[in-house]
Amino acid sequence: MGIAYIYPPYEVVRNKDRCIGCRVCERQCANEVHHYSEEAGCMMADESKCVNCHRCVSLCPTRALKIVKTDHTFKENANWSGKAIQEIYRQASTGGVLLSSMGNPEPYPIYFDKILLNASQVTNPSIDPLREPMETRVFLGKKPKQIKRDKNGNILPQNTPHLELSMPVMFSAMSYGSISYNAHESLARAARELGIYYNTGEGGLHEDFYQYGANTIVQVASGRFGVHSDYLDTAAAIEIKMGQGAKPGIGGHLPGTKIVGDVSRTRMIPEGSDAISPAPHHDIYSIEDLRQLVYSLKEATNYEKPVIVKIAAVHNVSAIASGIARSGADIIAIDGYRGGTGAAPTRIRDNVGIPIELALASVDKRLRDEGIRDDVSIVVGGSIRSSADVFKAIALGADCCYIGTAALLALGCHLCRSCHEGKCNWGIATQRPDLVKRLNPDIGYKRLVNMLTAWNHEIKEMMGGMGINSIESLKGNRLMLRGIGMTEKELEILGIKHAGE
Amino acid sequence: MEYVIIGNSAAAVGCIEGIRQVDQTGGITVISDEKYHTYSRPLISYLLLGETTEANMYYRPADFYKKNNVTFMPGKTVTAIDPKAHQVCLDDGAKISYDKLLYATGSSPFVPQMQGLERVKKQFTFMTLDSAKALDKTLDSSTRVLIVGAGLIGLKCAEGIRHKVADVTVVDLAPNILSSILDDDAAAMMQKHLENHGLRFYLNDSVQQFTEDTATLKSGAQVPFDVVVLAVGVRPNTALLEEAGGKVNRGVVINNKMKTSLPDIYAAGDCTRSHDISSDTDRILALLPNAYMQGETAGINMAGGKAVFDKAIPMNAIGFFGLHIITAGSYTGKAYTKIGENTYKKLFVSDGLLKGYILIGDIDRAGIYTSLIREQTPLSDIDFDLVFEKPGLLAFSREKRAQILGGAK
Amino acid sequence: MKRVYVNEKWCLGCHLCEYNCAFAQTGKEDMALALKGKQIHPNIRVEDGDNIHFAVNCRHCDEPLCVKSCITGALSRDENGVITIDKEHCIHCYTCILSCPYGAIVPSEEGAIQKCELCIKTTQGTPRCVAGCPNNAIVFEER
Repeated sequence: MGIAYIYPPYEVVRNKDRCIGCRVCERQCANEVHHYSEEAGCMMADESKCVNCHRCVSLCPTRALKIVKTDHTFKENANWSGKAIQEIYRQASTGGVLLSSMGNPEPYPIYFDKILLNASQVTNPSIDPLREPMETRVFLGKKPKQIKRDKNGNILPQNTPHLELSMPVMFSAMSYGSISYNAHESLARAARELGIYYNTGEGGLHEDFYQYGANTIVQVASGRFGVHSDYLDTAAAIEIKMGQGAKPGIGGHLPGTKIVGDVSRTRMIPEGSDAISPAPHHDIYSIEDLRQLVYSLKEATNYEKPVIVKIAAVHNVSAIASGIARSGADIIAIDGYRGGTGAAPTRIRDNVGIPIELALASVDKRLRDEGIRDDVSIVVGGSIRSSADVFKAIALGADCCYIGTAALLALGCHLCRSCHEGKCNWGIATQRPDLVKRLNPDIGYKRLVNMLTAWNHEIKEMMGGMGINSIESLKGNRLMLRGIGMTEKELEILGIKHAGE
Repeated sequence: MEYVIIGNSAAAVGCIEGIRQVDQTGGITVISDEKYHTYSRPLISYLLLGETTEANMYYRPADFYKKNNVTFMPGKTVTAIDPKAHQVCLDDGAKISYDKLLYATGSSPFVPQMQGLERVKKQFTFMTLDSAKALDKTLDSSTRVLIVGAGLIGLKCAEGIRHKVADVTVVDLAPNILSSILDDDAAAMMQKHLENHGLRFYLNDSVQQFTEDTATLKSGAQVPFDVVVLAVGVRPNTALLEEAGGKVNRGVVINNKMKTSLPDIYAAGDCTRSHDISSDTDRILALLPNAYMQGETAGINMAGGKAVFDKAIPMNAIGFFGLHIITAGSYTGKAYTKIGENTYKKLFVSDGLLKGYILIGDIDRAGIYTSLIREQTPLSDIDFDLVFEKPGLLAFSREKRAQILGGAK
Repeated sequence: MKRVYVNEKWCLGCHLCEYNCAFAQTGKEDMALALKGKQIHPNIRVEDGDNIHFAVNCRHCDEPLCVKSCITGALSRDENGVITIDKEHCIHCYTCILSCPYGAIVPSEEGAIQKCELCIKTTQGTPRCVAGCPNNAIVFEER
């Protein structure tokens, strides 16, 4: 292929007055964009390799670098966009399925951004969270429908297994293998410090991280990688992964080249063998089959741990959720179509699934209508970007949110969406030792703690403004929400009124 | 406690600082036959070269004696030590009592018998500030200088005065210059460098006969001169101690606590005999760093503390006309050599240990080699090829680095 | 005393410490202004091996061989334990280079030796190399 059909999408702009030739950009770019030219006596860049991850920009000590979008353009066409054209060129040269990383980037509506929050004025006065106690603690699991008493009138405890969280956020499933050891350590330590949970994904649990078991959710997915009795026993909860928002209906494939050393041991598969997670669980074809797995896992762990069933948000999500609620699961996790991934076929990521806001509203309503809402807790993920998104999700009926991409951003991810290349310059989505060490968990965990501490403060501020002092009072409280710029149908699904109503 | 120190150079200063680590109140008396505040003797050549000033030659700041509560007696000569009475006698008849005494008298230039030397009016040694000043006074741009001795002192003197005088000729009995610190090849390299800077050498040769202004060499060469500098070598000043009954074997005999054979008398510096661990032999190591560390060790022990100094090795860092030499240890065993243009590296290995090295030109991080000799690090513990190529901590194990750099215990 | 400790596990070999050190030595406000077009002479230097990197600077030893060996008295240990160099006094004999077991002393461009003085002469508080380390591979702490 002698013709370069693809023009580099970014340009490296170097301010020669500020560049001191320290070559940190060169040393830090795993894509080998920068190099020092003896002949020219200055730094040069090969922009075709740049993924715009900002590692060089962030480390340049004199701020001599910036990366800009190229203004090179195809002949404008509303139908045949530059992206569509380039994808054709790419496939014409490789013959392969297009792969992408992180969440769906396409300009579909973001409903969280079309929802506004209420606040108290005059009546039902607001609460100052700096002066008054505010409760953001949540419990996930089945709730008793009615209180039972003995003949003396004392309350009979009927607690089912549950998770206790200091705030309604936890880290979503990211496997060891898809992300690095140091990223995992950062998440685990942050979860422990914050009093929340992180999730192993389908990569098994590295022996070093058993110490964080009380803050660990372990995943059982279609490949069953890394699952054994100690793994289940160590965890605080077990998640059955039926689907993932970034690639509903699709399995996973970690190439054998990445199955080395600890990753191979932790997944319990031979070095160099591909880790293929099938699209379906081959033993689950019905809610009854799912129920068998739920109870197998409960049986295996002495009915002491809540079981989560995670699904992608798809068209008939509320019916599926209803089935899951009846399967014996304690928690349903729903992952919206903007959820992240280390690698997914681009067409799947960008075209399959539905927004989490709509899925959540419809599931919550369906379970309420059927009188089984208290049988399960609902956890939602798929691009929760801020405390405001968390807040709106709770008011739409969620018990808790999963964050993945936001956590990675806190660790340094710049959303360059090149995870599938395995050369993450920030030491997150890579197994290359020289890159992995770039993420020092001492720094990483602290940044996660900082971020969620800030979010929790903000959640309390918003609650206080509404005159609410407990997150439980916000849950499903759609009166606190108003839509803006939405159709009647959208408002109906979300179960909220339009602003001004 | 009364401490008396005979001498006022590196060993004496080391002793004072050693004593004060343990005893902040005891009286310290320093007796010096020179009239100067403590100064660094090796700097006299730099003074003539114009690279330092008399004020900058001070080895310690001007308030050093005061800060350390020292009674300083300049210009006094000790004539006798009475170990029984714990007294030293001065040339002015005074007697000073001590509880602990440091003998740090240094060394003196050795002047061999040479025919006709008495006829040379302008002859100097090059050891003290006074000798340097006296030499300097006689020099002008027409002066022809003959230096007898191509060792460290003779050549430093040559470098120091070269720019002031008409010519400098150096004569030495040995076939090589700097024969105490360089091997043949290194000496040849340095000789060429010095010749390029205008020094003339007669090696393997000696003065047979002096007249007032000409030296006739054994080889028959005639060297006309105006001034002669005698830099053949130095001898430890041991007489006083020997007369007091102390054990002397060329240098004052001391143990690793710097104690002499006499009660309450310690010795340090150029007057002593040291144990060189690189060759496992006892020898005179007339080196300033050695003197300081011996003095400090003596001081700590004199004040009742506990210290030993058992890591003495020969070592020299010296430069001539911008070309630097660093050497250490002894040159025995297998040699590993790398020679470049104006750079020279030779490492000597035996019994799995680095025993010595010679570096010229590229002296970067030489201390890593010194440390291997001094600590007697088994070379099997490190990557020798790497460290030979370039001294660095990369050659050490991760654990060792964690101790050195990471503070691991 | 507080010292610079190196944790090679986290050193990326980015060499920023060297540039930050060189910058600190200039006393200028802007790094580009200070270092543009200049050869740097840092007091902290990174050694690079195969996937091993670590920075080396003066350890400020409790028993400093360089100070004890200095023939001029130009090297001294201040009341806080920081080993400092009086460049006016130094006559470039390099006995300290001969003595330092870590190779942490180097000749400066002018000839006098230079070494890490924990930025006591240029900045206050945290040495600039530590402040600029992107991965906590060097830290300034009491141990």
